[in-house]
Amino acid sequence: MKKIIFFALVVMISPLMITQLSCNKSIHQVTANIPALNPSNEDTAAGTWKLILLSRPDSFAVAAPAATNSSGYIADLNEIKGLQRNLSSADEQKINYWAAGNVLRWNETMRDLVAKYNLPPYQNADGTYPIPSSANPFAYPNFPFSNPPYAARAYAYVSAAQYDALVACWHYKQLYNRPAPYKVDSNVQAKVTRTSLPAYPSEAAVLAGVTAEMMKSLFPDEIANIQQKAQEAELAAIESGAAARSDINAGEALGRQIADLFIARAKTDNASVAVGNPTIWANLASQTAATGQTPWQSLEVPARPPMLPLFGNVKPFLFDSATVASLRPGPPPSTSSTDMTQQVKMDYDQIKSPTREQIRIVQFWADGVGTYTPPGHWNYIAATDFITQNFSEVRWARNLALLNMAEMDAGIICWNTKYFYFNPRPTQIDPAVKTLTGVPNFPSYISGHATFSAAAATILGHIIPSQASKYQAMSQQASDSRFISGIHTQIDCSTGLQVGEAVGNYAVTRAMNDGAE
Amino acid sequence: MKFFQPIKKLVLITLVFQPFISSAQTDNDAIMMNKFQSCTGATYMHSQWTNYWEGTLKRNNANIGTVTTQSVMAMSNYGITDNLNVMVGLPYVWTHASAGTLHGMKGFQDISLFVKWKPITIPVGNGKFSVFAIGGFSTPTTNYIAAYLPLSIGLHSTNLLGRLMAYYKNGMFFLRASATYVWRSNITIDQPSYYTTELINSNKVQMPNMMTYNGSVGIYRKYLIAELMLDNMTTLGGFDMRRNDMPFPSNKMNSTSLGVHAKYTLPFYTHVSIVAGADQVLGGVKVFGKNILMPRNVGQSTTLSLGAFYAFYVKHNSKNSSLLNNQ
Repeated sequence: MKKIIFFALVVMISPLMITQLSCNKSIHQVTANIPALNPSNEDTAAGTWKLILLSRPDSFAVAAPAATNSSGYIADLNEIKGLQRNLSSADEQKINYWAAGNVLRWNETMRDLVAKYNLPPYQNADGTYPIPSSANPFAYPNFPFSNPPYAARAYAYVSAAQYDALVACWHYKQLYNRPAPYKVDSNVQAKVTRTSLPAYPSEAAVLAGVTAEMMKSLFPDEIANIQQKAQEAELAAIESGAAARSDINAGEALGRQIADLFIARAKTDNASVAVGNPTIWANLASQTAATGQTPWQSLEVPARPPMLPLFGNVKPFLFDSATVASLRPGPPPSTSSTDMTQQVKMDYDQIKSPTREQIRIVQFWADGVGTYTPPGHWNYIAATDFITQNFSEVRWARNLALLNMAEMDAGIICWNTKYFYFNPRPTQIDPAVKTLTGVPNFPSYISGHATFSAAAATILGHIIPSQASKYQAMSQQASDSRFISGIHTQIDCSTGLQVGEAVGNYAVTRAMNDGAE
Repeated sequence: MKFFQPIKKLVLITLVFQPFISSAQTDNDAIMMNKFQSCTGATYMHSQWTNYWEGTLKRNNANIGTVTTQSVMAMSNYGITDNLNVMVGLPYVWTHASAGTLHGMKGFQDISLFVKWKPITIPVGNGKFSVFAIGGFSTPTTNYIAAYLPLSIGLHSTNLLGRLMAYYKNGMFFLRASATYVWRSNITIDQPSYYTTELINSNKVQMPNMMTYNGSVGIYRKYLIAELMLDNMTTLGGFDMRRNDMPFPSNKMNSTSLGVHAKYTLPFYTHVSIVAGADQVLGGVKVFGKNILMPRNVGQSTTLSLGAFYAFYVKHNSKNSSLLNNQ
């Protein structure tokens, strides 16, 4: 009896004990404690790499820096030494956070913003939907709704602007060749990896300036947070001993000017009218019906206008607008054909009893509402591998620009195709086709996941050839996941993969000719 | 068969974007199996909601319609002594949405094990007062998907539960109150990243712990036990769903429900008892202009349950051979 009571006590108390032992349930994030960036190659010639929008690396002038024995620079050094004497553990954490790579950290911030704003607006009382407005971003629905096309374009603009800004930065670094504070003064500690890279202008500040400006135009609600983050990055660069205040000031000014060039392009790239209007939405359906095809319908209740129907007219980065039509694939099987019936039946047969592994694949790649979208997922995949490659900041920026320009252009062709054919989802053709993830609110043909993924896998396989087959397998799986989940036919997926690869090859061609290889 | 209440409760709080439903068991937690006595059976539960709280905003969703969760739970308990019982339970759960395209899920959910101990019983006035201590453990039996709310069959955390319960019985009336702390393990989801109030680059999800509080008043007759029960579930942490977002396992899920439960033992064959219950998740209550007990991130579910149990002695008990409830 005593034994039994003892046993009972142990059983009842143990939950509390275990609770005490493991009260810290905080999640370890994959890039939380990665080491400082340690480039295997400083890419000293990056100032000559092929630019995207900038006509010359010195299009925006950066004045020559003061000499390291000038009184102004000595004051800069004193500022660093003063800061380094009083660093809190929180300061040290921030230094380490940014030391892992500023391009990486800003890319993570972008993914966070995209996920935060990737929520479809709730309907109005009359069953219509409000449209987020950049003119009034703080009112519900907050601007933007960072859905996959919006996100693909946002990642591309930020990455492309960062790349041009760092090429210009590298140009001036070589031109002026002013060393880092920790090289000038032995009393300044290096809290980042010591390199021989000149410090003026600071690459951290160039990135802070260019990225903050780009992000503020893309996520205007976030200005305060973004500004704070930019200041944090710059302060970390100073506290780390890598940059003097004058390196920072010159860098930030250069970054902001270059951002303006990209923002000007963004204003005229047709994205601002991509949402269309009720007449355009109605015409898409009537024009498709006139060709004898069943037009796409929203499966949401109330019916939601199609997502960004004119995104296919956005100006691409890697080729001209005329090329878009040439990359658009031929039509899907007619909606009244036995081929299409067969395609939809394959969905139905698949969706009846999915395996747990199939459900896992669907969820892994779903990247739907409230996530960083498929292009964000490929940024995550890319960043995870880039961390192991010891790229310089400028090469990080170049590789992400190649990836994200490919993703944006893949999105453009994909959306162009979707609205050219205005093809219904499998569930519209047969409502018995249930789905393992939300049905996206735009036409079926071709799969966005397949197009984005094949484009990403193609350029990433070029950047890290040893991983090419892994990327191809991932791309295939991402594409398959859309068929498994019941939201795409197999033809949507296989055609998307072909188109995505074609777009990815434009990025590869650029990579082979940009002077970085 | 009251014994099943703790099991049931643990199972239900792991259920999904779904209101905590208090025990569908009809019996009172304060009932103990006699030494060597066992009670084994199954309960069918049907729970559904159309309205839900997105954060604290009550809404519906025409793209989900009415979400229905059904389960059949096999349960057994056993008296090690008159004052020490052990219980085990395992539900099979299936879900369905009446509108939209989302595919329902089904499968075996979490096995639960409980030890229930009644260390103190003292006479108070004409009645008697008892204190119970209950320890519980539950863990998933299958690799079901958690981050597929509101249609996942559970949240897939392993839970440990500690409960203190006080019970007073006088004549045909009884009162009961309990407080429960539930520790929940982190879970692993299929996605490599997810957004809470920030982007988390991990497939691990930190699950906030919970408290539950339960109070009931009831009548106790030879063959019938019936009670009115108020039940509260409060998540210690977690985050609100954003406007028009999907629910997530680590949401702050709070709810309060009111239920009526009954257990009837067949007078002509006391081996068998029937249990039935009905529970309704309540909206917030306004007290002095302030909303209290405001539901968050749960469905406003209505739950009905019906079960049958068979009681018997595994070994001869020289002191007691009654199959009726020992309270």
